[in-house]
Amino acid sequence: MARIDVNHVRHSYLPNPQKDADFALREVHHVFEDGGAYALLGPSGCGKTTLLNIISGLLHPSHGQLLFNGKDVTNLSTQERNIAQVFQFPVIYDTMTVYDNLAFPLRNRGVPEADVDRKVRETLEMIDLASWAKKKARGLTADQKQKISLGRGLVRSDVNAILFDEPLTVIDPHMKWVLRSQLKQLHRRFGYTMVYVTHDQTEALTFAEQVVVMYDGGIVQIGTPAELFERPRHTFVGYFIGSPGMNVMPVAIDGKTATLGSQRIELPGAPKAGSGAVELGIRPEYVRLGREGMAVQVSKVEDLGRHKVVRAKLEGRDISAVIGEDETLPADPKVRFDPAGINIYADSWRVEMEA
Amino acid sequence: MEKTWNNKAWFMVLPVLLLVAFSAVIPLMTVVNYSVQDTFGNNVFFWNGSDWYTEILESERFWLSMVRNLIFSATILAIEIPLGIFIALNMPKKGWGVPVCLVLMALPLLIPWNVVGTIWQVFGRIDIGLLGYTLSSLGFDYNYVNDPTDAWVTVILMDVWHWTSLVVLLCYAGLVSIPDAFYQAAKIDGASRWAVFRYIQLPKMNRVLLIAVLLRFMDSFMIYTEPFVVTGGGPGNSTTFLSIDLVKIAIGQFDLGPAAAMSIIYFLIILLLSWVFYTVMTNVDAER
Repeated sequence: MARIDVNHVRHSYLPNPQKDADFALREVHHVFEDGGAYALLGPSGCGKTTLLNIISGLLHPSHGQLLFNGKDVTNLSTQERNIAQVFQFPVIYDTMTVYDNLAFPLRNRGVPEADVDRKVRETLEMIDLASWAKKKARGLTADQKQKISLGRGLVRSDVNAILFDEPLTVIDPHMKWVLRSQLKQLHRRFGYTMVYVTHDQTEALTFAEQVVVMYDGGIVQIGTPAELFERPRHTFVGYFIGSPGMNVMPVAIDGKTATLGSQRIELPGAPKAGSGAVELGIRPEYVRLGREGMAVQVSKVEDLGRHKVVRAKLEGRDISAVIGEDETLPADPKVRFDPAGINIYADSWRVEMEA
Repeated sequence: MEKTWNNKAWFMVLPVLLLVAFSAVIPLMTVVNYSVQDTFGNNVFFWNGSDWYTEILESERFWLSMVRNLIFSATILAIEIPLGIFIALNMPKKGWGVPVCLVLMALPLLIPWNVVGTIWQVFGRIDIGLLGYTLSSLGFDYNYVNDPTDAWVTVILMDVWHWTSLVVLLCYAGLVSIPDAFYQAAKIDGASRWAVFRYIQLPKMNRVLLIAVLLRFMDSFMIYTEPFVVTGGGPGNSTTFLSIDLVKIAIGQFDLGPAAAMSIIYFLIILLLSWVFYTVMTNVDAER
């Protein structure tokens, strides 16, 4: 297991990148702590797979440096880095048996056959495929195949990290949950450093201790699921995490008051001066619907079973609110913003408020 | 579910039955007819039973052609399949090189058989041919007209030149269908170049390879035009393969009976081999 330092890494798929827009990965500077479970979350094309492939050595970064436990590995090959990686589509060697699939990475490294046998049997137990050992791998279901891909990483006890590239995309929904909890269990028992790439926020938030949100080739926020939810550092994080995403509306700030059209909103504190357009962000969960506050025109109510999502217009802008399953809309609905849920953004980045 | 029986359905398949009858069954039956009769001209035929078959099966000439043909097929398979795989593995996977390579590979396949024969017939000539002239100027005693070995080398080279492309294109199609993730996983698993070939590329190519082997075997077992144009089956009978021999008997000597019997035997051999290949291929599929 290793601590992974990503030092000012930039990457471009073009031979001569000039502008920022040429870079698939603008600049990433981050430390993945030893034994941590991280999720890289972001929309398609944000650079998360690029970052993962740079860590595993499948890509060589255009700029920057990569350290494993303080040792520079930027120029080492994938094999020398000793990394395990699970891909979106299960990769199995389908002419081999399940047993031989797991033995493959060890045999390639010239491990004595007795040790291979011991490690493979251990791993088969870990991934719950012991009874399949002698079967040809091609007959397995997608989730079993994905377990084999994972197993080929686990079988080498000395791997520096296990990387996952959207590993549950092709897995049935109910098996997704099972595999995810097995991954968490493996992480707790063996303390692997795990980096998990996904565009599914539920997957990221349930798997990881630290979620790294990426957007447009850079990291916009790193935090626990709660931090990402309560205090999105960037309006993108607000949109991307949560369902529905955060309400963001342009406001004018004067001390501890924000003005939205003809409405005045009390803030929990006075925002520090920021440059650029000022916006107020509030999650639908903190928008209180009742008989007092700012008048809204409700356009539709979506009943999601556990709660309802109210879509409405406030001062001509779309706003969503979440209300309980049993609550009903008042005849003349009005909204208040819970101060605890208010964040102020300048030029899309969150600014602190002084009490 | 109860099936509805309706005899009108027979009318629907009638056109196909007629087509197959005229294109295959009836011609085949006339051959069968010839193979059991003898004639001394004037369109008078005598029943001859299985005599022609016995004669063909007991003739050394038939078996020699057969052995030559088998050696020829085995040789070109042994060269074209590995060479085809090797070239396909080394072809570019993306960029401008792909269309260039594909066109270059497809060129020999577009040339008609008799033209291929003519090209090599001229190419190998020691007086004006580039290959023949160069070789003899360099002091090699090369002459495909007189020397059986040289004739064989020329015919095999010609077939390799003409048909390796087919194997290449089939293998290449198999190779490009392998997702990148397989190669990446292999790197992570520390697989050697050989292991990547043995456990990823070869298994993914095995179906197209079976087709390639089948096509090349069938084609080479029936080969006629190219060696006929280049060597005419000679020197002596050294490059007389089954189909050349058949044509010699049927049209050269006008021995319709033996030729018909030989055709039937030839046909049965090809049918048997096709069945063997079919069985092997479906078994491989069933294993999946």
